[in-house]
Amino acid sequence: MSAKTLYDKVWDLHQVAKLPGGSTQLFVGLHLIHEVTSPQAFAALREKGLKVICPERTVATVDHIVPTTSQLRPFEDPLAEEMLSTLEKNCHEQGITLHGLGSGKQGIVHVIAPELGLTQPGMTIACGDSHTSTHGAFGAIAFGIGTSQVRDVLASQTLSMNKLKVRRIWVSGQLSNGVFAKDLILHIIQVLGVKGGVGYAYEFAGPAIESLSMEERMTICNMAIEGGARCGYVNPDAETFSYLHNKLHAPKGIYWERALKWWKSLASDERAIYDDEITFEASKISPTVTWGITPGQGISIEEKIPLPETLPPEERQIAEEAYKYMGFTPGSPIEGTEVEVCFIGSCTNGRISDLKEAAKIAKGKKVLERVKAFVVPGSEQVAEEAKAEGLDKIFTDAGFEWREPGCSMCLAMNSDRLIGRQISASSSNRNFKGRQGSSNGRTLLMSPAMVAAAAIKGKVTDVRKLTKGNH
Amino acid sequence: MNTTASFPKGPIKKIDGDAFSLNGDDIDTDRIIPARYLKCVSFNSLGEDVFADDRNEKQGEHPFDKKENQGCNILIVNANFGCGSSREHAPQALMRWGIRGIVGESFAEIFYGNCLALGIPCATASKAKVLQIQKAVVHRNNQNWTLDISRERINNEEESWDLNIEPGPKEMLLKGDWDATSQLIANEEAMKIKLSTLPYLNNF
Repeated sequence: MSAKTLYDKVWDLHQVAKLPGGSTQLFVGLHLIHEVTSPQAFAALREKGLKVICPERTVATVDHIVPTTSQLRPFEDPLAEEMLSTLEKNCHEQGITLHGLGSGKQGIVHVIAPELGLTQPGMTIACGDSHTSTHGAFGAIAFGIGTSQVRDVLASQTLSMNKLKVRRIWVSGQLSNGVFAKDLILHIIQVLGVKGGVGYAYEFAGPAIESLSMEERMTICNMAIEGGARCGYVNPDAETFSYLHNKLHAPKGIYWERALKWWKSLASDERAIYDDEITFEASKISPTVTWGITPGQGISIEEKIPLPETLPPEERQIAEEAYKYMGFTPGSPIEGTEVEVCFIGSCTNGRISDLKEAAKIAKGKKVLERVKAFVVPGSEQVAEEAKAEGLDKIFTDAGFEWREPGCSMCLAMNSDRLIGRQISASSSNRNFKGRQGSSNGRTLLMSPAMVAAAAIKGKVTDVRKLTKGNH
Repeated sequence: MNTTASFPKGPIKKIDGDAFSLNGDDIDTDRIIPARYLKCVSFNSLGEDVFADDRNEKQGEHPFDKKENQGCNILIVNANFGCGSSREHAPQALMRWGIRGIVGESFAEIFYGNCLALGIPCATASKAKVLQIQKAVVHRNNQNWTLDISRERINNEEESWDLNIEPGPKEMLLKGDWDATSQLIANEEAMKIKLSTLPYLNNF
């Protein structure tokens, strides 16, 4: 059983009670809500005659259903409009802060909470969204919950939870040029499998992780859930503190100094005990692309789509399903696969550093004519920063569409979606069947720079070949 | 679709009814209920849309459409069922279609917790045993199946298989404590101590 890890320390600190049945009642330090998974929770609260017990510990935004073309109200889609107006009404009635459209603070919930300084080390963070694991990048214990649990947090500021085991994923060495956090996490999930993390929290550590910026760490933790781990985290360090310094909700003045001291004490002890440990070597990782229908079906750009006989027996059935759905032949290369739609954005890769990396590739180039390419910044703040740096101009000059912030075609709850069997190069997190809005649409997951390269060439391209000589 | 059956309430000791099988590992919640059906402020109409895209593709041959499976309430699945999105719309859609209990090799964590919060037990068994149960279900000629929570087993009139149900959830189901809200609210005082002592809520 794990001991003295950050997970153990934060867990212990937030235990409220032991519940009948053996679960732990855990205090939730920050509760984030959005329009898709909260309306039924508020309705259940009303049905039970309950109110929100700590409205100041819940923060709301709207992200999943917002259109990225015109965000004028009322929305063209009456169902989307109903969802947002329901959220507005619920927040207003219960005294919850809502960062709405045009506030300057709206965006994907996992992008705005860090940029506003709401996400801090040592917190427990819950949200009705599986990618809540993102916030673990700060040394928080953050996990997705269902709507019944959203109701529970609203009513009690606590949750019934069972403690996870802790697996340390140690990444030695350094990532090579043209290889990004996205490639690293796709590689880790490919090796450990999409169910490898069930029952675990993932601690990402080691020299390669320590060298990552906060935004890159967020990309890693964001996709812990794609490996089955409900939460992933990185121990807080100087990089974390430097990111947080002067953020809107970060502690200030003497409280900053006190916070630093406490935050530093949270990191896993050198002699911490883990339930499992595994090591990766960063320098051996190449740009990684998925070829199938689970985020674990990834290969390096130099590799070929695996032959069924080279896969472990338990992976063959889903591989067969993937060949058929994707229309790919085992043994053929992934490089050169033609793409029709290119999407840069999402809670995985819709932050300013992601847009910068993609813009480096797009600058002075042209998106291939037959390709539809678009960039959806993760938040209003990201959009503003990008515009200030002229990134929007670089993208539009290259033939990308520049859109308003939201979740967009990661899950296609708005009008951004694939049509028919279209195939996309996407910087998002899931390549599930039908994920991007068409029941037979196909998704290739990759880093934002790789998506930009795919847009220009019209096919899956090793981004390192486009940047040769530029380093 | 068995819309007339009432939703789970109180202690859940066993589920009597009929079982059917849905084959495949890693069936994600996007497949159980595609995102476009999440555009709703109530769960009420989700039952008819469960597995919408898969069913459309199979044109009546999907297990949820086959005539012999209508009215079934126990679902047998394979590994990592319910992976992906945290959307409770997935178990809500299954429940509103008529599912009251699920047996599988393994379940994704958030999905498992979402089911428990609705009073839907998820029981596990080894891969080999799940395949046996699926075979028996496909060839079933009697319609009387029972998922017994206290005995941790599934049986028909001829055969029986032992299953695993985690002790905590098992106790919660048997006692009717699976809806956690009232227990959580009861500890308001202890919660307030956290509120007034956690460093990050109290100027460190």
